[in-house]
Amino acid sequence: MKSLAELNAIKEKILKEKAEKIDKGEEIKVLVGMATCGIMAGAMPVMTALMQEVEKRHLKNVVVSQTGCIGLCNYEPIVEVLVPNMPKVTYIDVTPEKAVKIINDHVVNGQVVKEFTIDNMRWNKE
Amino acid sequence: MYRSHVLVSGNEESVIKKIVADLNELLVKHRLQNDVKVLVTYSLNDDDKISLIIYPEGTQYYDVEGYDKLEKIVSRHLAEGVIVKELLAKGEEKTDEQKESESEFINRQFRVVLKNSGIIDPESIDEYIAQDGYQALGKALTQMTPEQVVEEIKASGLRGRGGGGFPTGKKWEFACKSDDPIKYICCNADEGDPGAFMDRSVLEGDPHAVIEAMAIAGYAIGAHKGYIYVRAEYPRAVSRLEIAIAQAKEYGLLGKNIFDSGFDFDLEIRLGAGAFVCGEETALLTSIEGNRGEPHPKPPFPAVKGLFGHPTVLNNVETFANIPQIILKGADWFNSIGTEKSKGTKVFALGGKIEHVGLVEVPMGTTLRKVIYKIGGGIPNGKKFKAAQTGGPSGGCIPAEYLDIPMDYDNLIGIGSMMGSGGLIIMDEDNCMVDMAKFFLEFTVDESCGMCTACRVGNKRLYELLTKITDGEATMEDLDKLEELCYYIKDNSLCGLGQSAPNPVLSTLKYFRDEYIAHIKDKKCPAGVCKNLITFEVLPDECTGCGVCKKLCPVGAIKGEATEAHRIDKDKCIKCGLCMEKCKYNAIVKR
Repeated sequence: MKSLAELNAIKEKILKEKAEKIDKGEEIKVLVGMATCGIMAGAMPVMTALMQEVEKRHLKNVVVSQTGCIGLCNYEPIVEVLVPNMPKVTYIDVTPEKAVKIINDHVVNGQVVKEFTIDNMRWNKE
Repeated sequence: MYRSHVLVSGNEESVIKKIVADLNELLVKHRLQNDVKVLVTYSLNDDDKISLIIYPEGTQYYDVEGYDKLEKIVSRHLAEGVIVKELLAKGEEKTDEQKESESEFINRQFRVVLKNSGIIDPESIDEYIAQDGYQALGKALTQMTPEQVVEEIKASGLRGRGGGGFPTGKKWEFACKSDDPIKYICCNADEGDPGAFMDRSVLEGDPHAVIEAMAIAGYAIGAHKGYIYVRAEYPRAVSRLEIAIAQAKEYGLLGKNIFDSGFDFDLEIRLGAGAFVCGEETALLTSIEGNRGEPHPKPPFPAVKGLFGHPTVLNNVETFANIPQIILKGADWFNSIGTEKSKGTKVFALGGKIEHVGLVEVPMGTTLRKVIYKIGGGIPNGKKFKAAQTGGPSGGCIPAEYLDIPMDYDNLIGIGSMMGSGGLIIMDEDNCMVDMAKFFLEFTVDESCGMCTACRVGNKRLYELLTKITDGEATMEDLDKLEELCYYIKDNSLCGLGQSAPNPVLSTLKYFRDEYIAHIKDKKCPAGVCKNLITFEVLPDECTGCGVCKKLCPVGAIKGEATEAHRIDKDKCIKCGLCMEKCKYNAIVKR
C-alpha cells in the first residue's frame, strides 16, 4: 500500500460493486454468526445447509457469508438475511431445517418467516 | 384443516361469484381443494377491481380478474409456494413483516468497539476496508506526526479497558518520549476472568481493527514490532488473527514502508498457555520473552522498561479496538460519549441469571438497571435481582441498592467493586453470596503463581475459612480473622492477582454480612445453596406415596411403602435435590 489514494481506490471499488448489485436488486446476503458462541451452538451445520440449499436452487444472487458475534450469544445460531432496500431480518436459534425454510420462504419468496425472528422473542415484546 | 385461505374482495357481486367459481375449479384441477379454502370478504378497494389475500402469509394480489391470472396464482403460489410478483398489490413488495424494526437489544446499545462484529466477514480484509478500515492508519501515517497521534489519544480521555483504567494516552506518551531505538507494542488478549469473553468476540468478529490500532500505536511511539499475546484456548480467534495478519501483509498494510511514509511495522502472535496471572502486564511480557509467566515489581513500568528491557506499550484488545475510530472521528467525538472521567463505551459480557446471555456495548455511565432490564431482558423466571459481580475474581459485587449508579471506573471503585475487564455475572435470590466468594477464591488459589507467600498461602487459608463457614463450622472469631487476612493478602502481594484476590470476599462482607452471620450463628444458608446447611424433608400430608422419588434417589435414601408418606434418611442423603425437583406434588422441601 503506497498511499491513502490507493486504499480509497480499493474501498471505492468494493462499495461500487456493492451498490451496483443492490441497484439491480441482485445480491441477497445471508450472514451466519460464526464466532465461538455460534459454532458451539451449531452454526456449522446451519451454514452447510444454507449453502447446499442455495446451490441446489441455483440461486446465483445469494451470498452466504460468515460473520462475528452480534452479542446475542444464547440465541445462537443466528442467521441474518439482507435483501437490498429492505430492513435486515434476524433469525435466532436456527437449525438446518429452519435454514432451509428461511431460504425457501424468505430468500426465494420474500416472505419473512416470522416465527423464527428475533422480534418474536418474549423480552422484546414487553 | 386448511393449509391456506384465499380471501376474495371486490365490489361487484357477479364478478366475485365468477372468481370464486374459477378458483374452486382450479383448486380441484391442482388437487388442492382439501388444502385451500376460498372465502369472500368485505371490499378493500374503491374501484371495481378484485383483490385476493392469501393467508397465513398475508400476501395481497390486486386486479386478478381473468382465468390466466388466477391460474398463475393457484399453480404457482398455492401449489408451489412461489409468489407471483407481477400481480402483487402496490406497496406489497415490502410486506409488513419486512418493515419490522431491528431488535431493541441492538437499538439500546451504542456500538464503537463492536461496530463491525456481526456485520462483516472477519476473514475478508476487503469488507473491513469497505467499512472505513485502515483509513485511520492512513490518516495517522500521512497527515499526522507521532506526537499528534499521542495528543489525540490523550485528548480523547480513553482509559485502559483491561481493568485498571490507566489513561492510554499517558502510557503512550511515556513510551514516546523515550529515546531507546527499539520499542514494542503488545496486545493483551489473555482474557482470563471467568465470565468474560468480549476480547474473544472482538478478535473473532473484527481482527483487523486490533491490527490497525497496533500499527497506529507503533507509529505513535516509534515501535516497529508488535506482539499479540492470545490464549491458546481461543483457537478461532488465533486462526482469524493469522488470516488477518497475512492479508494485511499482502496489502502492504503491515511490513515495510507502509503508505510510503517510511514507517515499518510487523506483528507476531504469541500463544499463552492459559495461566490467569499472564493477564498481568509484567507476567505477560515475561511470558512473551519465553520465560515462566511470573510478575515483576513495578516500577520500572513497561512503558519505560518492558519487553526485552525496551519501552513497551501494552494495551488490552478492547482498548485497541477504540483507537482507529478516535483517530478517524477525532478526540472530541469520543469525548462526547460517557461520563466526566470515563469516556467512550464499555463492552460487558453478561452472564449468570439473566434472560439474554451475551455481549452488550453501552456508553460509560449507563446504569446497571438499564443494562440488566432494558438490554439484558431481566432476570429469568421472575426472580429477584440480588447482586452483580463485576471484574470477575478481582472485582466485587454491586448489590441491588446500587442498581441506579452510573457505571464508570470511579463510581464502581467507590462502591468497592471495579470495572474489571467487563465480565458481568448477574445473581438472583437463589445464589448464596458466601458460596460465590468461595467460588472465586477457589479460582485464585488455583491460579496464584506462588511467588508471594501472602498470595500463595494466604488465599489458601482464606479459602479454608470460607469452607468452614459454608460447612457451618465457623465461629464469629473466624469472621474477624477472615477480614484481617483479606487486608493482609492485599497489602503483601506483588501483583494485581494477589492484591485483588480478596475483593470478592471483602465486597460480599460489606454488603451481605448478614448472610455470613446466618451461616455462622444460625447454621443456615438463606439461599439454600450450601449443602451442609440444608436438609430435604418430606411433607407427610402432601406426599401421596407415588414412589417416584424413591426410584430416582441415587443413594437409596428414601424409604416408604407405596401410597404411604415417604421418609428421607438424612444420614444417607447427599442433597442432590433430584427428589424435590421431580416431585409432582411439591411434597419435598428444602430447609
